Amino acid sequence: MESLARVENLYRYYGDICAVHDVSFEIKRGEVLGFLGPNGAGKSTTMQIISGNLAPSAGLVQINGIDMLDQPKLAKAQLGYLPEQPPLYRELTVDEYLGYCAQINRVPGGKRRAAVDTARQRCGLTEVGRRLIGNLSKGFQQRVGIAQAIIHSPALVILDEPTVGLDPIQIREIRALIRELAGEHSVILSTHILPEVQAICDRVQIIHKGELVLSDTIAGLLRRMQASSLLAAFRRPPAGHELESLAGVQTADPLPDGRVRIHYDPQHNPAEALVQQSVSQQWGLYELIPERMSLEQIFVDITHTESTPDEQTQDQTGVAA
Amino acid sequence: MMIFAIAARELRSMFLSPLAWSILAVVQLILAYMFLVQIDFFMQIQPRLPGLDNAPGVTEVIVAPLLANAAIVLLLVAPLLTMRLISDERRNQTLSLLFSAPVSMTEIILGKFLGVLGFLFIMLLLISLMPVALLTGGSIDYGVLLAGLLGLALLLASFAAVGLFMSTLTTQPTVAAVSTFGVLLLLWILDWAGSGRSGDASNLLGYLSILRHYEPLLKGVFNSADVTYYLLFICTFIVLSIRSLDAERLQH
Repeated sequence: MESLARVENLYRYYGDICAVHDVSFEIKRGEVLGFLGPNGAGKSTTMQIISGNLAPSAGLVQINGIDMLDQPKLAKAQLGYLPEQPPLYRELTVDEYLGYCAQINRVPGGKRRAAVDTARQRCGLTEVGRRLIGNLSKGFQQRVGIAQAIIHSPALVILDEPTVGLDPIQIREIRALIRELAGEHSVILSTHILPEVQAICDRVQIIHKGELVLSDTIAGLLRRMQASSLLAAFRRPPAGHELESLAGVQTADPLPDGRVRIHYDPQHNPAEALVQQSVSQQWGLYELIPERMSLEQIFVDITHTESTPDEQTQDQTGVAA
Repeated sequence: MMIFAIAARELRSMFLSPLAWSILAVVQLILAYMFLVQIDFFMQIQPRLPGLDNAPGVTEVIVAPLLANAAIVLLLVAPLLTMRLISDERRNQTLSLLFSAPVSMTEIILGKFLGVLGFLFIMLLLISLMPVALLTGGSIDYGVLLAGLLGLALLLASFAAVGLFMSTLTTQPTVAAVSTFGVLLLLWILDWAGSGRSGDASNLLGYLSILRHYEPLLKGVFNSADVTYYLLFICTFIVLSIRSLDAERLQH
């Protein structure tokens, strides 16, 4: 896929504090990139820099090949930005507000009405066009914020924690909307909610203390989550040494609830052999679950230690609990 | 184009708040009272006027004091109108809408400036209706009236430029209002310093005083130096505002 935006060696200092430290990444056309990190990790600062709201202390931001610092107007025309707090004028109606947004984003006069209609329709705002933004619920305000970011159909949409403070149904709707946007736009999404990333992103980047500590596809992340252990339950549990004699099995630990956790050599998955043995020895296997590290665990592992993320995940897979 | 879009939104938002309407009403009420007092005064002295050499006309007696008073009243009121321009957007975090749109800082500032100027000129229009009402009872000196209105317009634009700059400096509208008021008041009373003496210093301070350049225009004297003073004053504060807003993105 073609690269749409590029960020290189980005630094940003607030006084002596370094909020963003040497961050580089790319985003491809039509991709949803999840930006993950604990509070205060530098997610919002990075987003503000990419959207041109904040000048970086050093580094390069290019959108569609246009440099944000050299030609801010051209670069900004290519992007839509929803900050953490949606920038809404509470005294205007939804239609007035979106009309104004279309205007300042240089949507030509004749197409403005159509642009407002499309944005309103995509964000489920058709019913509330004539209502004051200040009187709308939080969920609707958030949608108006998203509508504002896509009104000029920018190539890149940047959403900073778009689902914070919404109820579960609204969160589902917003996620579906973001997924839908990915068809035509590239989306950068920041969040500290992990399932959200799993649900909507193609690629994930974890930022911690201003540094990128992980950048991977969702598939790659799922692979990282694969722990080398199985959870098995038997009607007639065999002795531990019987299990350990199977090829690839390293240890078999009986658990208090009657199940057995089987750790194995990642090169040799013993699942098939285990099933065959169980049938021939009549162990009565009724449950066999490949264990996974949760995304939370990876996240905690990466963000709570200072060593390199790759070694960390490798170490941790052995003792995943 | 963008400038006008921003200005139109600003003006519209002003009229959506009760503040703008109440300011219009209060200013109009107070100036109407002053206007009536001047008319009363004119009626009293009118019988004696034909006997005087070079007697002042109705425009000098009524319109000039009205516009002079309007300048003082608006000096008090302008900070309330300009205080919210940038600081309120900063507080509500709506500035990022403008910052992430393909609009330059210059366009944002000029748009805001024109928006508030539009409001002030509406006020000016309402004020100018009072002298025009004199036409029902006689004739007025259009030259003096227009020079006075031009002076007031320039003065209002200067107030707006100072207020806009102060608004870019803070997050609190009230702080912006108080500092704007302070600066305007200081610029007004600047020529009091050493007013009895003559010397370079007091001449300079007198020259900088914002109302000093208004007086000739009220008398109908159009001096390009006075107009230039106001234009330079306005440009200076607009450039400062642009710089100040631009600094928001930079290192701090």
